[in-house]
Amino acid sequence: MLKIKNLEAGYGKLRVLKKISMHVDKGEIVSLIGANGAGKTTLLYTIAGMIKVGGGDISLFDCADLASPQAIVKAGCSLVPEGRQVFATMTVEDNLILGGYVQYKQDKGYSREVELAHIYEIFPVLQERRSQLAGTLSGGEQQMLAMGRSLMAKPQLIMMDEPSTGLAPLIVKEIFHIVMRLRDEGNTVLLVEQNAKAALGIADRGYVLETGKIILQGPAEDLLANSDVQRAYLGRDVDAAAASCDV
Amino acid sequence: MPLELFSQYLFAGITYGIIYAIVAIGFNIIYNTTGIINFAQGEFVMLGGMISISLNSLMPLPLAIVCAVFITMLFGGLLEIVFIRWLESPSVLRMIIITIGLSIVIREVALHIWGDGVRALPYFTGNVVSSVQILGASISPQVLWALAVCSIMVLMLSLFFKFTSLGREMQACASNRLAATLCGINARNMVTFSFMLSAAIGAVAGCVVSPITSTQYDMGTGLAIKGFTVAVLGGLGNSMAAVAAGLLLGIIEAFSVGVGFPLVFQDAIAISILLVILFVRPHGLFGNKEAAGLKEF
Repeated sequence: MLKIKNLEAGYGKLRVLKKISMHVDKGEIVSLIGANGAGKTTLLYTIAGMIKVGGGDISLFDCADLASPQAIVKAGCSLVPEGRQVFATMTVEDNLILGGYVQYKQDKGYSREVELAHIYEIFPVLQERRSQLAGTLSGGEQQMLAMGRSLMAKPQLIMMDEPSTGLAPLIVKEIFHIVMRLRDEGNTVLLVEQNAKAALGIADRGYVLETGKIILQGPAEDLLANSDVQRAYLGRDVDAAAASCDV
Repeated sequence: MPLELFSQYLFAGITYGIIYAIVAIGFNIIYNTTGIINFAQGEFVMLGGMISISLNSLMPLPLAIVCAVFITMLFGGLLEIVFIRWLESPSVLRMIIITIGLSIVIREVALHIWGDGVRALPYFTGNVVSSVQILGASISPQVLWALAVCSIMVLMLSLFFKFTSLGREMQACASNRLAATLCGINARNMVTFSFMLSAAIGAVAGCVVSPITSTQYDMGTGLAIKGFTVAVLGGLGNSMAAVAAGLLLGIIEAFSVGVGFPLVFQDAIAISILLVILFVRPHGLFGNKEAAGLKEF
């Protein structure tokens, strides 16, 4: 579905991504974890067409020439940006409708009502708040709205940038449950997270990004069990744990 | 105050008020998509009037007006493409300064093309002395034209923003440009559309009011200040509120003369209202405080 080969990108002269190669297959959740400044967001923005490719290839749905953000959304790849980024001054329902415009315009069979009903079924709270201004929602509700807005475009690949940032643990759990549900409904998800444990917990495969390079990859359980990952991202000191067992 | 006099002042106020409202709506349209105030808005009104006057010597009046509106609309789009489009993530302040600069340049170019004489389009129907009696006041038919055209324009605009996909997309760009782009909306095109739209409605206003108020190369500045006052008074971004606020300001101005306030203070009234509103109710009379709090500017 998504294949990246030797991708380089950055801002001006600053090279953030250094020869990244990765792939996402249909129907899986792939988690990309890494610390602040590792280049996670840059990678997603480059895939979404917001940042120019500096070198290497991105092949999305077997098309190599998707250049503009518009073309990429049309082709079926949506990004749920970090920090929600809802249309704060518009109503919840207008936010959702806007998310679906791309499909609404190009697909004759697209039914706005069917899609809205689907979103409201996944996120019942959005239906309760449908005529409220999006900026007045709580953080968790805004995250749900941002996810719902992306889903309105009926994407085949959904990319999520740190959906758990600044949310209460209970809400985070709910959001991750929804991510799993999306996968079960046949969607493909590329999840970027700092919350490594949760992200790898629901993922099929994972990549670890550090200063613009992929340093580790593999099935999610293997990464969770990997001592380097545990030390760096799960905050568990392996040696200390072993020592305490001896006593 | 006798009824005839009262309604005479009232209609004078309404006439000016509706012009202010149209300029304010022009501000609102661009503000709604870009979040900036286009201070060259008054110049669009002047250009609409001037171009239609020039064209009217070559072709019949309705055709001249249609062409003038069309030319001004293209000019508005061109202005955006040449001066604004290529800016990489410009700040609000920078865009405002650019539009102020543009308004000065347009005014000076207009001075060179059309000179500093006062010009006017002929009356759409009747002439200077023809009038209609309403509530004892003598109203020029042109005033009724202005009212009708502007009311229809306002109605169509609000329908446009509420119910068309282009209108909603333009709103989305104003609210959050990054998110709009991620939804597959071409934000840059939306900005160009908004400049074209607001240039066009400015030009329509310039044509309808030209017979009443005349057109001069520097009429834009005054209109821009009044229009801005009205836009802020009503609540930035809200077109219906702009109409109400425009009528309010127009009527206040008209009656202030009626009760013997010196004419020279007329502009001071608008500025004072602007200041008071900015201090006391920055989200405007009819603005939504909640929505205003969610905006950057």
